Amino acid sequence: MFGLDKKDTSMLIIVACLTLFAPFILNPFPTDSAMAQFNAGYPDLMQRFVIFGIFAIGFNILFGLTGYLSFGHAAFLGAGSYSAVWMFKLVGMNVIPAILLSVIVAGLFALLIGFVSLRRSGIYFSILTLAFAQMSFNLAYSVLTPITNGETGLQLTLDDPRILGVSATADGSIPVTSLFGLEMRSTFEMAIGPWAFQFNVGYYLCALILLAAFYLSIRIFRSPFGMMLRAVKSNQQRMNYTGLNTRPYTLAAFVISGMYAGLAGGLMASMDPLAGAERMQWTASGEVVLMTILGGAGTLIGPVLGAGFIKYFENIFSKINDNVLHSWFSFMPDGMEDALVFIVHPFIGKGWHLTLGILFMLVVIFLPGGLVEGGQRIKGWLSRRKAKDSNTSGETNPAE
Amino acid sequence: MGILEVKNVGKRFGGLQALSEVNLSVKENSVHAIIGPNGAGKSTLLNCLVGKLIPDTGSVMFDGKSVLGRAPYEINQMGISRVFQTPEIFGDLTVLENMMIPCFAKRDGAFELNALSAVLKQKDILQKAEHMLEEMNMADKRHMHAAAMSRGDKRRLEIGMCLSQEPRLLLLDEPTAGMARADTNNTIDLLKQISDERDITIAIIEHDMHVVFSLANRITVLAQGTPLVEDDPQNIRGNPKVREAYLGESA
Repeated sequence: MFGLDKKDTSMLIIVACLTLFAPFILNPFPTDSAMAQFNAGYPDLMQRFVIFGIFAIGFNILFGLTGYLSFGHAAFLGAGSYSAVWMFKLVGMNVIPAILLSVIVAGLFALLIGFVSLRRSGIYFSILTLAFAQMSFNLAYSVLTPITNGETGLQLTLDDPRILGVSATADGSIPVTSLFGLEMRSTFEMAIGPWAFQFNVGYYLCALILLAAFYLSIRIFRSPFGMMLRAVKSNQQRMNYTGLNTRPYTLAAFVISGMYAGLAGGLMASMDPLAGAERMQWTASGEVVLMTILGGAGTLIGPVLGAGFIKYFENIFSKINDNVLHSWFSFMPDGMEDALVFIVHPFIGKGWHLTLGILFMLVVIFLPGGLVEGGQRIKGWLSRRKAKDSNTSGETNPAE
Repeated sequence: MGILEVKNVGKRFGGLQALSEVNLSVKENSVHAIIGPNGAGKSTLLNCLVGKLIPDTGSVMFDGKSVLGRAPYEINQMGISRVFQTPEIFGDLTVLENMMIPCFAKRDGAFELNALSAVLKQKDILQKAEHMLEEMNMADKRHMHAAAMSRGDKRRLEIGMCLSQEPRLLLLDEPTAGMARADTNNTIDLLKQISDERDITIAIIEHDMHVVFSLANRITVLAQGTPLVEDDPQNIRGNPKVREAYLGESA
């Protein structure tokens, strides 16, 4: 289906189901139960899941296929966000032109940075991209203030021209982002028993774009171009002596992944029309590297899983505080309760980075292929067990 | 006039004159061996032919066109394929994919942004790659990771990859270095078969005299960066100058 083989089609369908039913899947606990704080099915967070999913899918096209580790992809995300906000300021609140411009601007920006950085490979390439991203961050923070509004960040104001829209709504407030009148922030709430599920327009737009982005990445992975990118990772020398010019291949991959980052940035601004320089900071670039490696670099679905995993931890673990812990452990004797809270304390709230760091180390050490490898191992273990069961039940399978 | 004409090539690395006044003419459809003791400049010469190094002086003409100043991939597209001393293959890819890449390079040139069509839909490429695998006797290994194969198989694959580009000149850099005797003999047979069945010129750098004398029909002896003799194998064997410079030590 859609020019994909059976396995890829089923993967696409799985991702489609996961994203489209996310409001249900991420809200397994009733609203007023004690576990409700582990629910992630609210629009803001779901939007972040898919937007960072898109970012990581794009990053994986560069890092997973060619092995070029860019530490500057946040620069493209930021460039996309700024372009989108400018589009909202100057043209109108429709998200389509904003997203288109952010993809184009990020693509051009990636072309420039990639052209210079790809003269080197390995660690030197990483350092060059990092330098460029930090340069962009500092420029956005200071010199480019007329464009980026410096440390305040770029925001919408009441006196923006918005030539295709209105500067202010009838009641004198700033208009909201929309898709042909369909407001991004509008949310439909459905209550079933004790559960409350939220369906947000912005989330579903992001989810559809994620599906398109994921589909495109499958096509790229399975194409001759994708094979060439894997060949670049494997042996550049052999590429050159096989009559293939590696530079345009890596540059194309770099620009494509930069455009994905720009798309993510544009979507971020479309959901919440502001853009700040911190989106370009190197920690943001590092985050997408973590997502990709955690999920499984070079696999199709890995980056999406990694993005969801990290964003879930960031938003859910960071919200647990000592009071919550005390209420969990309140059934214990006082001294023990305090001791337990004391032990767990560094891993929650602001300390969620510690938890993430430990998990990241565990994954890298024990599952070098990321979460995807974990899934494969479980699958392999289950099928081996099944084979064993059928063997013991009298069937004889020829040894492989 | 040979297919490859090297004239007056010189190359200096700092204080070392690696090559000086090298003249070499490789005739079309011959098997030309370049031999010489360690440090004679064989590898430097080879690197000058494929664009890895640019000689300080002289000219290298392939099929009437100069190769100097061109990038390795451009020289390859002109019709020169190179087999390395340690097999250079795409270790992370399957054997079939390894074989498909040169087929793509032959069909689409140095760069083609073919990002939306599926590899498996490229029937002509698949067919060609499968055919070449069969010819190399490795069809049963097509789904293996190339890195997992034995040294001899890797060498076979590399030669097959070069051949699937239908080059006019095949350069081999010590193709049997570090191989067991049986693998060496297999490689000799393979190369013999290639030169008999195909419209191809082979230039080979080799240490192993057994390989050289069972394959070559023309031999150039390099010593200290400059050609000592160029002659037919039977004359090389008896040449006292060669014996003194090279064979004398081992024969």
